[in-house]
Amino acid sequence: MSTADAHDANRRDFLYIATGAVGAVGAASVAIPLIDQMNPSADVLALASIEVNLEPIEEGQSITVTWRGNPVIIRHRTAKEIEEAKATPVSDLPDGLARNANLAENAPATDENRVVDGKEQYLVQMGVCTHLGCVPIGNEGDYDGWFCPCHGSHYDSAGRIRKGPAPENLHVPQYTYVSDTQIKIG
Amino acid sequence: MSGHSTYNPTNPVMKWLDDRLPMPRLMYDSFVSYPVPRNLNYWYTFGGILMIMLVSQIITGVVLVMHYTPDTSMAFDSIEHIRRNVNYGNILQKWHAVGASFFFIAVYIHIARGMYYGSYKAPREILWMLGVVIFLVMMATGFMGYVLPWGQMSFWGAKVITNLFSAVPFFGEPIVTWLWGGFSVDNATLQRFFSLHYLLPFVLVGVVILHVWALHVTGQTNPTGVEVKSGQDTLPFTPYATVKDAFALCVFFLFFCAFVFYAPDYLGHSINYQEANPLSTPAHIVPEWYYLPFYAILRAIPDKLLGVVAMFGSILIWFALPWLDTSKVRSAAYRPIYKQLFWILMIVFFGLGVVGANPPEGWWITAGQILTFYYFAHFLVLLPLVGLLETPKPLPSSISDAVLASNGAKAPAAQPAE
Ligand code: HEM
Ligand code: FES
Repeated sequence: MSTADAHDANRRDFLYIATGAVGAVGAASVAIPLIDQMNPSADVLALASIEVNLEPIEEGQSITVTWRGNPVIIRHRTAKEIEEAKATPVSDLPDGLARNANLAENAPATDENRVVDGKEQYLVQMGVCTHLGCVPIGNEGDYDGWFCPCHGSHYDSAGRIRKGPAPENLHVPQYTYVSDTQIKIG
Repeated sequence: MSGHSTYNPTNPVMKWLDDRLPMPRLMYDSFVSYPVPRNLNYWYTFGGILMIMLVSQIITGVVLVMHYTPDTSMAFDSIEHIRRNVNYGNILQKWHAVGASFFFIAVYIHIARGMYYGSYKAPREILWMLGVVIFLVMMATGFMGYVLPWGQMSFWGAKVITNLFSAVPFFGEPIVTWLWGGFSVDNATLQRFFSLHYLLPFVLVGVVILHVWALHVTGQTNPTGVEVKSGQDTLPFTPYATVKDAFALCVFFLFFCAFVFYAPDYLGHSINYQEANPLSTPAHIVPEWYYLPFYAILRAIPDKLLGVVAMFGSILIWFALPWLDTSKVRSAAYRPIYKQLFWILMIVFFGLGVVGANPPEGWWITAGQILTFYYFAHFLVLLPLVGLLETPKPLPSSISDAVLASNGAKAPAAQPAE
């Protein structure tokens, strides 16, 4: 380039920057829809809540229902299971948080915080191992609770992780009692 | 090695084409006159076998898609439809499924060959690293393909493996939701996996072209590890390497066909003939055999994030191999200690596979941890140290010397290590 066209060089610099800026904005506005289309679509997000009647569940029995494509485990716990869960000090737990969507995020993982007051026999929790998402099997494992067959996580009778690779207690979904025996999940 | 082109077309049509688009010249220089070391053994035929396997997977895959339906309500049945109703469908479906396994058998042998003969050393680092990229893309392709039949193992394998990303700090959950397109593995997941499973083999074709390009810049190694020094050390690719590759391919396909026709399900899991059920995990979920060693490494570490890091790290560490191996001598044939370490690594890798296939209980956990520890120690501690401490055997002065010596025609002219 000759030294005479310094003026042109300035104009060219401006064009470079302006074109580059338009290009960057253009690339970003193309990238966003391309990436975001993979997020859950409107119909998946719109999945309604479900209602479950707890009455038919006998003591010591569990049922599994589907909510948002995932299993929810509802267990009618025995007195012994509740006793054991209460007797375990929170300091013994690998995960000290309740992981209960109905409580504050920092609520401690006491047995009380895993269930609803006065309905402590009914444990409602996601059947999704917090390790890599398998469905834990009931009445198995070393802690009278659940055992995940995939990589060997043991949960206790309050669904709290006790042993194995899973980092968190089984999550408790958002739910409310709509009547004495009927809950609404979601 | 990309010497002067000797292509001299006599056919006027070829000459006309060559003057306008030198495609025939490229083919001739790459696959006919291309000089290869004269002492290549059968371990060097697996690159060619891999190319044929890639083409075979693409052809059978494209054909299967003509009959397959990527929808959770129909995917499982459409595979059965192919196996029962489509003309020759049962062979085509098995050819593709068993083909994936044989593709991996070939690639593991190919990688082990590279490790034994020090193929990754300068000046072939890029060639090697492209190979590692190929391997990663192959793993992704195989994984997504396995989800398509929508059996129990398909579903739970997909769920567990995609959940690996939930270990990412802070962004874990949003990433997994994004991968799934929902709150669990579901129809959205199946459809995107189908799209990508169709795409990735063509990405592989692209990377393989780069791989072979890099190979043709540096030339192949050979069992002595001594670089080609003169025309005496080489033979033209055709007919010598062509015939050797073709013969090896026939033998390989003999085994392949034996499985396709007589034991098509031997390498799979019977539980995958049960349709996916999101509410119940099978008692023992295990990935396909070719992922087992890495799966064992994942489970050896009791922490979720570190387990995932170790699993990916165990493959990514191969990228650093050219620099972790400090020895100047390429071939294990001239490295007495490294040679033993190589075979120990093979046993450890196989052992990890056995651990990965067994439930994570009792002493399997301990075994997995010991083997995982050794695996990383091999690359991070033993390789760098052995390269510095070991005294290599004297190298032959050239490939032709080595060949003549092994034919008993002439005593080896010994020469100290490079
Ligand atoms: C689709 C998969 C692959 C194909 C089609 C392929 C193809 C080839 C071919 C045709 C050759 C030359 C013939 C031979 O030496 O066997 C070669 C050489 C080589 N490949 Fe691959 N390859 C694949 C995967 C890999 C992988 C996964 C790695 C390593 C992680 C790798 C590393 C190498 C190296 C280092 C060489 C040079 C060997 C030497 O000269 O010593 N390749 N490949
Ligand atoms: S998914 Fe439950 S232990 Fe890994």
